[in-house]
Amino acid sequence: MKKNFLSGNEAIARGAYEAGLKVASAYPGTPSTEILEALTTYEGVYSEWAPNEKVALEVAIGASFAGVRAMASMKHVGLNVAADPLFTAAYTGVVGGLVIITADDPEMHSSQNAQDNRNYALASKIPMLEPSDAEECRRFTRLAFDLSEKFDTPVLVRTTTRVSHVKGIVYEEEPVKRESPSEIQKMPEKFVMLPVNARRRRVVLEERLKKIREFAEGFEENRIFWSDKKIGIITAGISYLHVRDALPEASVLKLGMVYPLPERLIRDFASQVERLYIVEELDPFLELQIKAMGIECTGKEIIPAYGELDAYKIRSAITGEKRSFFESVEIPPRPPAMCPGCPHRGVFYSLSKLKVFVSGDIGCYTLGALKPLSAMDTCVCMGASVSNAHGIEKALGDKARGRVVAVIGDSTFIHSGITPLIDIVYNKGTSTIIILDNRTTAMTGHQENPVTGKTAMGEDTLEIDLAELCRAIGVKRVTVVNPHDIDEVKRVLKEELSVDEPSVIISKAPCALLPEERRRKKPLYRVVYEKCTGCRVCLGLGCPAISWKSISEEEAKARGREKQKGVSIISEVLCAGCGECEIVCKYDAIVEVKE
Amino acid sequence: MSETKNILFSGVGGQGILLASEVTADALIEAGYDVKKSEVHGMAQRGGAVEAHLRYGERVYSPLIEPGSAHVQVSFELLEALRYLPYLNKDSKVIVNTQKIFPLSVATGIMSYPEGILDKLKDLGVSVYPVDAFQLAKELGEVRVVNMILVGMLSRFLPVKQEIFFDIIKDRVKRQFQDVNMEAFKRGQELVNL
Ligand code: SF4
Ligand code: SF4
Repeated sequence: MKKNFLSGNEAIARGAYEAGLKVASAYPGTPSTEILEALTTYEGVYSEWAPNEKVALEVAIGASFAGVRAMASMKHVGLNVAADPLFTAAYTGVVGGLVIITADDPEMHSSQNAQDNRNYALASKIPMLEPSDAEECRRFTRLAFDLSEKFDTPVLVRTTTRVSHVKGIVYEEEPVKRESPSEIQKMPEKFVMLPVNARRRRVVLEERLKKIREFAEGFEENRIFWSDKKIGIITAGISYLHVRDALPEASVLKLGMVYPLPERLIRDFASQVERLYIVEELDPFLELQIKAMGIECTGKEIIPAYGELDAYKIRSAITGEKRSFFESVEIPPRPPAMCPGCPHRGVFYSLSKLKVFVSGDIGCYTLGALKPLSAMDTCVCMGASVSNAHGIEKALGDKARGRVVAVIGDSTFIHSGITPLIDIVYNKGTSTIIILDNRTTAMTGHQENPVTGKTAMGEDTLEIDLAELCRAIGVKRVTVVNPHDIDEVKRVLKEELSVDEPSVIISKAPCALLPEERRRKKPLYRVVYEKCTGCRVCLGLGCPAISWKSISEEEAKARGREKQKGVSIISEVLCAGCGECEIVCKYDAIVEVKE
Repeated sequence: MSETKNILFSGVGGQGILLASEVTADALIEAGYDVKKSEVHGMAQRGGAVEAHLRYGERVYSPLIEPGSAHVQVSFELLEALRYLPYLNKDSKVIVNTQKIFPLSVATGIMSYPEGILDKLKDLGVSVYPVDAFQLAKELGEVRVVNMILVGMLSRFLPVKQEIFFDIIKDRVKRQFQDVNMEAFKRGQELVNL
């Protein structure tokens, strides 16, 4: 069999392709993004970026109803957005296989919470598979489509960051050949969830679960690795791999399907080992169900309930082993920062000078909350900036007027910002909304979105005009600004904050990392050493290209400014030529380098 | 070859760690090993500290290196060589590119860049292999071969023949850059005397 070195995400795409996937829809979100990106490279698969996860899942449900195999992929919090169709899709069941990928992020490498989406399987009564490495990602995804059709149910596949983004050896199998249906069959009793139908499907749902439970008992991916029977461990997903390293001598029941559980298999395993441990990241999901079976076991009493696990954490929890390691030393932290030339910087710099409360959102621009800009005061979930601002304004009334601004990215606005803007217009709010339109979905790695004029598969398409969209909703004041023109940004901001009606400012300039932007010939700026007074104003931009260089007392004296402690310098390698520092320097000490 | 070996890559987002770890992984697979490589995407990539874990052996389970068990660390930046000390032990080999990239707090003069980083590592008893890879790459006429110099150094600790690496370089690198990359690899190899 041909071997490839793939990430879990790439392997999921491979598995779906091999299963004959026809329609895939997703919204980018770490750690799930690369699944759809990889799918765009497979012949015969239609893949698209949806405006949000709810839409993505509904598209997949439609495709399944039409009889083809369909998939929606998203990060853990994305499934919250898609929860509405998820629960009802459990009732309707499928025609073509329907698989939903949820990629969780227990360590919050790139997320605002660490919810455990296995709970969705239980709550929606949808079976869930959990692969532990890339090869299993391929195999399990392929399997998930078969199970979906066999049991007439959507199937959830759950990964975590260390499954999605870990590369491993993945084998290739031939894709299955599937006939394309020529038309969609009407099946109202299955597709139309009026109460009368839904009540019948509710019964079907319960019978189906019973069948899957029975199936799980003999499911080949629920496996026992027998070894010494003093310690028995029940585990799944990434935790399984850590367990094998942590306790090679223990017997292990590895669950490939984490919902529903094979009760007889678990009982049988439990009865043969002396001490039973349940090892899982985040919630005691398996543990609670196993305890509910009346089986004695140890889990969250000793296994951490948050963060990622590793082999050492598991071994020391179970065996009590304590080792000492080199201690970490205090060194300057290196948090991520907005890139040189980032179009968000000008907006956050202006906001930081205005002393307003900034209701923030999710994207690269969330970095605006960090020093030195420190210009974001909330960040809850996709789209919440707009509605939070409205809530703050309604709570404080006149006192909030002119003092609250919402900041949201272009893709985030399309995802969940439009409806709250309608709320503001409808309910007579007066908030000021800044849409940071950087022509891409940057944080997740520059995906196309409805404002970029290109589809996921690289085709040209209509570009949604954000200004027209806001006007159509009823916002009368819509201004487009160039964020690099900081003086103009400040002026517009002050003006829009002062008016007594909703207003939208569209800050429009491309992300500095877009290939076109990188190729564009840009000016270079430098600090004129003699002119720099060392006032540090330019450093307030937080541009990685600008740094501080101390000068000696003699040097300061020689300059005729005894108190001067240093000067700013600009790295010619890093400067992206946005010109913002030139604008903020009051001493004309920053100039464009002329060739 | 029963024991699983651990290589930790560290550096700053945008330094080419991904490519270096990828080439290493390919070479190990070609040499017949099972390999797992773990990295983190998303927010962490915007100029922040990045790390990648690479494990190889007959059968690799966990993709994460346990504390105290990195066999080799390859740090693409000087300061980043100090950030992951709990992963090291006295037998660890640490390859350090002595190039400095200032974190924002240092660049803006709020904090200072620590002194004596190599000595600190040596004091712990680990073997340190420093190189000014940026300077060396400049001498070779192509600053983008920094990562190949480091991979060349790393290769001295790996059970993989040079030809395998060269095949992979030929596979992954555009024709006009193949020679300079192989040259960089060789220069790296020469820097490590075992
Ligand atoms: S703003 Fe101008 S004068 Fe002030 S530190 Fe920067 S370059 Fe020097
Ligand atoms: S012009 Fe100034 S602010 Fe813009 S990237 Fe260059 S140094 Fe940074």
